[in-house]
Amino acid sequence: MILDGKCPTGPIQQSWDKHRFDLKLVNPANKRKYNIIMVGTGLAGGAAAASLGELGYNVMAFCYQDSPRRAHSIAAQGGINAAKAYPNDGDSIYRLFYDTIKGGDFRAREADVWRLAQVSNNIIDQCVAQGVPFARDYAGYLDNRSFGGAQVSRTFYARGQTGQQLLLGAYSALSRQIKAGTVKMYNRREMLDLVVVDGVAKGITVRNLVTGEIECYAADAVCLATGGYVNVFYLSTNAMGCSVTAQWVAHKKGAYFANPCYTQIHPTCIPQAGDYQSKLTLMSESLRNDGRCWVPKKKEDCGKHPNEIAEADRDYYLERKYPSFGNLAPRDIASRAAKEQCDDSRGVGPGGRGVYLDFSSAINRVGEDTIRERYGNLFEMYEKITDENGYKRPMRMYPAPHYSMGGLWVDYNLMSNIPGLFVLGEANFSVHGANRLGASALMQGLADGYFVIPYTIGGYLAGVKPSGTSTDAAEFKKSVEDVNATNNKLLNVNGKKTVTEFMRELGGLMWENCGMARSDASLKENLKKIPALREEFWKNVKVTGTGAEFNQQLENAGRTADFLEFAELMCRDALHREESCGGHFRTEHQYDDGEAKRDDANFCYAGAWEFKGVNSEPELHKEPLKFENVHLAVRSYK
Amino acid sequence: MSDHKTMTINLVVWRQKNANDPGKYENYTVKGITEHHSFLEMMDVLNEDLIKAGKDPVAFDHDCREGICGMCSQVVNGMPHGGQDRTTVCQLHMRKFHDGDTIYIDPWRAKAFPIVKDLVVDRAALDSIIQAGGYTSCHTGGVPDGNAILIAKPVADEAMDAAECIGCGACVAGCPNSAAMLFTGAKVSQLAVLPQGKTEAKQRVINMVNAMKECGFGNCTNHYECQVSCPKGINVKFIARMNREYLKAQF
Repeated sequence: MILDGKCPTGPIQQSWDKHRFDLKLVNPANKRKYNIIMVGTGLAGGAAAASLGELGYNVMAFCYQDSPRRAHSIAAQGGINAAKAYPNDGDSIYRLFYDTIKGGDFRAREADVWRLAQVSNNIIDQCVAQGVPFARDYAGYLDNRSFGGAQVSRTFYARGQTGQQLLLGAYSALSRQIKAGTVKMYNRREMLDLVVVDGVAKGITVRNLVTGEIECYAADAVCLATGGYVNVFYLSTNAMGCSVTAQWVAHKKGAYFANPCYTQIHPTCIPQAGDYQSKLTLMSESLRNDGRCWVPKKKEDCGKHPNEIAEADRDYYLERKYPSFGNLAPRDIASRAAKEQCDDSRGVGPGGRGVYLDFSSAINRVGEDTIRERYGNLFEMYEKITDENGYKRPMRMYPAPHYSMGGLWVDYNLMSNIPGLFVLGEANFSVHGANRLGASALMQGLADGYFVIPYTIGGYLAGVKPSGTSTDAAEFKKSVEDVNATNNKLLNVNGKKTVTEFMRELGGLMWENCGMARSDASLKENLKKIPALREEFWKNVKVTGTGAEFNQQLENAGRTADFLEFAELMCRDALHREESCGGHFRTEHQYDDGEAKRDDANFCYAGAWEFKGVNSEPELHKEPLKFENVHLAVRSYK
Repeated sequence: MSDHKTMTINLVVWRQKNANDPGKYENYTVKGITEHHSFLEMMDVLNEDLIKAGKDPVAFDHDCREGICGMCSQVVNGMPHGGQDRTTVCQLHMRKFHDGDTIYIDPWRAKAFPIVKDLVVDRAALDSIIQAGGYTSCHTGGVPDGNAILIAKPVADEAMDAAECIGCGACVAGCPNSAAMLFTGAKVSQLAVLPQGKTEAKQRVINMVNAMKECGFGNCTNHYECQVSCPKGINVKFIARMNREYLKAQF
């Protein structure tokens, strides 16, 4: 099937304004008759729940954490992009649009990206009004820094905790609506099923993580803002509770999963120290404003103390390979370059899997105090984890899974192919193409939440009758039975291996064979090994306790079971996409200099998969991508 | 890494099945811990051992494991988050301990934080305080340009110092009165120093202080344990500012 994104036509500059006018409206008195479910309370979900509640809808918001303020958006460090052009350096909405399309390696929809760039400016204003303490200069104006993939300074920031401050802004707006009674908040609930009645999304089934009770909620529309799936690699920069589960259960109920193979491996993370490790820690891309990446030129220098390696013997490989962007090359390119140096046996630290990020020239230029003011919390975090002082010796970095560009397929209105199911933020596939630029995730989450969904959901609701919150329909009953059956199955295997052991094994397979480099052979190997691991899981997993209590093992077991199914789809997508683009690098498809080789003649589309059963092949649907405003070209940062 | 010396650690952990269970301490021993294990990774080792032995693992809250989400919450040897300066328990590393050490682990203990299970507590009371007024009442859309309101750098920095609070509740756990004054004071101060927050400053501080009392938190008697416990180094001067704002609001 050819999918239609239902993008507006005509000049792109007017596309969002025209579309907003064309959307039907729900009058203020009627809004209170509609119920909306919001799953996830990060930047996208928190902002959306607050904005929809304020408009007058009845919102039910759900999160698995103990408070909506804990969503993993909080961990974003560096900043948020906007096309304000305050520094007078030539930025514009068009340039932000262009950079994002090119940064995504021409695999995103033009109309969606234009809209994102357009509303980016409103986001900054909104957050300032909420009291988000963005960095300011001495005259009181907002300050900017630079991020990868752009030659202008358009990133707004709040020390190294921008995500935290933006999330707390959204959380405060949400709290105000909870107080006002327009939003009902359900903490410590995990979505385990989507309820579809007559082909329309009508509700969700969740597990109350405190009591273990399985609960149903019904509404006129269901919104998923449940983040990404890179915990499929086990070790990633995501929080421990991040999972594919909400996306996956929606997929199993019919929602198409688009471009699951597009995953972002972030170039600057603290290298893994041992097998026991539970997660990887990111060091903000903003560090590359002042830090320079290098490895020794000579293999024999790799074991030396970095400060003893002469300047002439250091290979500043990003500056060498990409002189016009230097250390601010986009993430996919910087990560691959780091891997390339390590594969060439010039990596540093344990196992030779590391590169240096060196601040000595910046410290000589502006002084240690200035560097401390800019990134102090990051240097502290680095020291806590590694016991090394980043001011005195270069930090060691290695790429790590960080973000998923792929996600549930949505049209221009953020609605999936299931009527009434909307998907926001990282959970959808829409704007980042095959690679996301730094400081764009916060922008997308808040754009979707504050300025897109409040309009587009109205266009849908105006066309349906309010159906109340009764969960009497047979579909709800069936959903509860199914969820209970799965939990009981997990509890009754009573095997020998722990959930973590399975997840670690799956993560290893994914990192090795579907990580920074993928090949026909490696992917086919995974397509054999993953189903076998899944089979073993259902025969040999050990989950203690019962379903009717607070049981973190059961939570993890359910998430792992879903990852074991999803991982196969991800490999299948990577295998079918016989090209390299952005974060998806197929070793068979590269130029002589190792750069990614896209195939626009055959793969200029979003690939959306339809679920056909756990051990059956999914069906691929394509949405062709048209580039009318930015010309398809080989992406170069040289 | 294999070439590192490993440690054996004795643990005394609070176990409590649910809010109604009286609870008790249990003793455990974990082996093979390296200096690079984080404290929670050491707890992971314990839990893997317990699961394999068919026993109930220790329930504890955690999520980001990089010190920012505020979910982790353990009193280690009597100190919330373990007592390392400006460090959450997830960022505490085992290099701070020695082979053979005995470590006591408790949940946050406060009337306003009922225990859910083992080391997991219910901190919904902190959300209630924010819901009472921890915001500016701006609408989505219809706000002025970000640069239309000039905010001098020292003021923005002061607001940011207060805004760093991660809402973990360590200040409450550390306080002999179980007061949430540092938490509340930080939010009141962030919004009181910024021009955007001044319009509602009076009503905000009154509502938030009232909510704090209603939730069952105690009062401040200047022990400063909250500041020592705070993983983000929030300064007690923000309690003083809240008190000032509260007094100002009476007139």
